[in-house]
Amino acid sequence: MAAAGNLLSTEMGAGKLHVLAVDDSHVDRKVIERLLKISSCKVTVVESGSRALQYLGLDGDKSSIGFDGVKVNLIMTDYSMPGMTGYELLKRIKESSVFREIPVVVMSSENILTRIDSCLEEGAEEFLLKPVKLSDVKRVTDFIMRGEGKNGTRSLKRSRSDDCTPSLTAAFTSVSHPRDLSSSPPPSIFHSKKSRSSID
Amino acid sequence: MDRNQSRRQVAAMKQCLFDQDDANPNFVEEIVTLHYRDSSRLISSIEQALKERNLDFNKLDTLMHQFKGSSSSIGAKKVKAECNLFREYCREGNAEGCTRSFQQLKKEHGALRKKLEAYFQLARQAGPHETACRSK
Repeated sequence: MAAAGNLLSTEMGAGKLHVLAVDDSHVDRKVIERLLKISSCKVTVVESGSRALQYLGLDGDKSSIGFDGVKVNLIMTDYSMPGMTGYELLKRIKESSVFREIPVVVMSSENILTRIDSCLEEGAEEFLLKPVKLSDVKRVTDFIMRGEGKNGTRSLKRSRSDDCTPSLTAAFTSVSHPRDLSSSPPPSIFHSKKSRSSID
Repeated sequence: MDRNQSRRQVAAMKQCLFDQDDANPNFVEEIVTLHYRDSSRLISSIEQALKERNLDFNKLDTLMHQFKGSSSSIGAKKVKAECNLFREYCREGNAEGCTRSFQQLKKEHGALRKKLEAYFQLARQAGPHETACRSK
């Protein structure tokens, strides 16, 4: 569908990505908003999946004609939220013919491989571990701006320790449960998602 | 040593959060304050829940999940470790373990808060050049 492509070029003409951030934690909302603003994005922050759907006009209450007013280039959502999880939100977005092309990034403080895999399977662009860093956000936004999401030449690797000092990595890398990581080698979680659009 | 530790932690947090942002050097303090407001509320809720005769481990786990999320967002490693322990006890239905772990958690939480408050005070006295350095 050409809509997303047009969205991107319109926004890029204007210079700024419009990002919709979804998180039930007040602290996390503030942080992600900040990181995005520093990365020169326009930000809309909501506190739940249902509010996000409402904002996009996907909640069924409004007719789809209302879509015109909302142009979003990227959605960043927390995974664990009460009510609708980030995963469920991701699914709803990818099921929508209007919004499925919008890249969705999932964030979580928990390093659970099955969770990461299922999000990537479902079409998430990237899975970020909290606390999210500026380098993560910049990497994602740069990536989106370059418009590389669709054509298979993707290398949006999650390299958690790249930009941080070792002590910081120790502080911020999640305390993962060994049993969660034992089944697969770590490199697998750095692979890009299977691009849905290439199947069509 | 304690002070250096907390300064390093906050400096590291700042470095990671922003490259250069003179517009709002108080951002970190804002976030930390926000976190402590939220977490204090959560601690009260957990405390209440722990007083019940039959513990609702699901509720405790949910509350702790929120608490843990907020703590990891500010890089509170020790607090987060205690949160994980607490949740393990919840999963096991171990009431005594939960209570013990919660006491420890409150201690860590309080200790960190003191360190951070001390740091912010120091930072304010030291002036603007204390703020974020570039991270490359």
